[in-house]
Amino acid sequence: MNFDLSDEQRSLQEAARDALGREDTVAAAREALEDPSSLPDLWETAAAAGWTGLLVSEDHGGVGLGPLDAMLVAAECGRRLAPVPFLGHLPATLLAEGDELQQLAEGEKRGAYLPTMPPSDLDDAWTVDPQSGLRRSPAPAFADGKVTGRVHWVPDAAKADYLIAIAVDGGVPKAVLLETSQPGVKIEPTIAYDSTRPMAHVELDAAEGKVMSASADDITLAWSVAQGLIAAESLGAVEESLERSVQYAMERYTFGRQIGSYQAVKHSLVEILRLMENARSLMYFAGWAGESAPEQFTLAAHTFRVGAGEALDYAARALISVHGGIGATWEHDAPLFFRRAQLSRRLLGGTGAAADRVAGELLAQAGAAPARG
Amino acid sequence: MDLNDTPEQAEYRAKVRTWIDANKAGAPGLDGPTAGKEEEFIAIRRDWQRVLAEGGFAGVTWPAEFGGQGLGPLDQVIVGQELQAAGVPGILDVIGIGMLGPTIIAHGTDDQKQRYLAPMLHADEVWCQLFSEPAAGSDLAGIQTKATVQEDGSWKLSGQKVWTTNAHFASFGLILARTNSDVTKHKGMSMFIVPMDAAGVDIRPLRQITGEAEFNEVFFDDVHIPADAIVGPVDGGWMVALTTLLFERLAIGGGSEGFGYRADRFAKAIADDPVASADADVRHRLGKLATDLLALRYTGYRHLTAIERGGLPGSEAALGKVTAVKAAIEAGDLIADVIGPDALAEGEWSYLISFLPGLKSAGGTEEILRNMVGERVLGLPTEPRLDKGVPFSELRALEREGAKS
Repeated sequence: MNFDLSDEQRSLQEAARDALGREDTVAAAREALEDPSSLPDLWETAAAAGWTGLLVSEDHGGVGLGPLDAMLVAAECGRRLAPVPFLGHLPATLLAEGDELQQLAEGEKRGAYLPTMPPSDLDDAWTVDPQSGLRRSPAPAFADGKVTGRVHWVPDAAKADYLIAIAVDGGVPKAVLLETSQPGVKIEPTIAYDSTRPMAHVELDAAEGKVMSASADDITLAWSVAQGLIAAESLGAVEESLERSVQYAMERYTFGRQIGSYQAVKHSLVEILRLMENARSLMYFAGWAGESAPEQFTLAAHTFRVGAGEALDYAARALISVHGGIGATWEHDAPLFFRRAQLSRRLLGGTGAAADRVAGELLAQAGAAPARG
Repeated sequence: MDLNDTPEQAEYRAKVRTWIDANKAGAPGLDGPTAGKEEEFIAIRRDWQRVLAEGGFAGVTWPAEFGGQGLGPLDQVIVGQELQAAGVPGILDVIGIGMLGPTIIAHGTDDQKQRYLAPMLHADEVWCQLFSEPAAGSDLAGIQTKATVQEDGSWKLSGQKVWTTNAHFASFGLILARTNSDVTKHKGMSMFIVPMDAAGVDIRPLRQITGEAEFNEVFFDDVHIPADAIVGPVDGGWMVALTTLLFERLAIGGGSEGFGYRADRFAKAIADDPVASADADVRHRLGKLATDLLALRYTGYRHLTAIERGGLPGSEAALGKVTAVKAAIEAGDLIADVIGPDALAEGEWSYLISFLPGLKSAGGTEEILRNMVGERVLGLPTEPRLDKGVPFSELRALEREGAKS
């Protein structure tokens, strides 16, 4: 029994903290709200640290680490709201192959995975997030060697050289690597509420690309890893929110007492801690499953998404309210974490779909045979 | 990161498994007592604890000189896991062997260890813990049960204890009593061993929402306690009580699934209903509460890792109970919403639903746990308190004054 990080993993965390500490990314997040072009590009930092090839084997130019290592680095990015393009790039590296994989791993090219939700116990279809509303959109279609369809809210697509699209051919998903420079690929950059998360709507019109050998299981894995990464970023933001909230609760006095001595404030801070430690355990669950129990990885990654999402929702609001009115002003950092919480909750299927998948996995294990709707 | 046994643990696990296989046939079932058959139930479970003790599976962590195996907490966990996997109950006297025996080993006299430990281990004598009182739970050091020293050095004990598990069939209790009211409250308590059949001890069952009486109230009216029944120094009872509570905390590391609040169990109840299994709201609620329960399972492994390294889980481990109760309440609500009023008729779900409101306060209310964690883990300041530096005898007057102002 050793359910803790290894020394190497702790070093990785520290190295990430150092590398990301060179720039005031939280201040940059505020500036980018008014001038999106001012958002620092941390690609060089990521490539220099080997993060671009974090999940790629050494044979293909990567560093050969696992999902837990990637989540640990993502958590450090989340702590500082650092715009490292993990959500797009890392899942793409799980599906790419050949020379292109080498280029992605070494940071020579940027990849973006087009998030595509696998079928569930209730729905056979591969789907993507719609531009708006609850009805999910069908994943792009694969016909005559070409990919056609729209995928919305794709993280990190605007600067990508390669897209990994999940295109469905007679119900079977294929991972297709597409060069973004071709006429069949239109990328419309967009930002919603959180300036640190550049996204794009992607339109594929008979786009040509290379079909990768990834199986449906590999493609499901990429989706689950993306869930784990966004959850890890959220966990990091929760850690930072708690530290800042506690610090203020110690400094601020009312009625002759530190506000952290009042139960109303103290219990709220402990609630952040409770949700945070639960989420951390779920990250370890996902990390352990990724390494030692792959059949549980889908369940584990989605529980982490749900737990970390709930933690960040709570923590970001508590961070504001502990600070009182000042916490809700433009100049304060708290709203930046709140913006992160608001957008994160709604990307990559949203935390609601993740909860549904947790239920679906458990019901299936329990032998449920629901009528497919 | 791995959940595997070390070679030594694997070897021990195999040994436990072999023993269980050989003795399983004689083991009682997991069910609790049926109405009217409580005494029979207890007798059967006493016998079973004796069998476990003889096999070396009671008091696994106790030193060998007191009949234990001298093994580590992880070995204890392995025994628990294997018994659970085999569907076989563990020891009857969890409180005695897990908390009170270790307290006597730490603070008792040689005579006390000689006299009490072996019969405790073999369930010849079951023990109960007499700490909480009607007016002292979260603020345990506010106990009012009083032990007054007599001319011959013996003590006279008067007062009331509550929430006492197993008192109605226990032979002895470990009781925290006030022995000096002229000093601040933490400094004027002592710990005693009290025979539960002594004259002046009155044990009354305390029925709960479930309709069952899992606890008792215990009244003491001038109960004679011999001088050699004190555990630890006179007026040093608080330190002894902290030892007991420390062993309780160690037991938390054994896993929070002991109550049976598991994601798969609740999912099974929903899975039986195809409409519920496909209902978006049901699935959302199930997904969220199952996430909490899985978080607890893996938090348990983090605690076990800390214990295996010779440490203790951090104070935040206390929050596991908060999460467990919250998730189980949500599960009870969800399952009853799915099943309808039938779920409230006597049975598994009705029991769950009725048991949880009380569990919320058991082992520390949520409010006191959050205070403790906020102060110890987050380093937040304590609330101002009125009892600091005040002799216990003056506290009441102070409280009355506070209520007036």
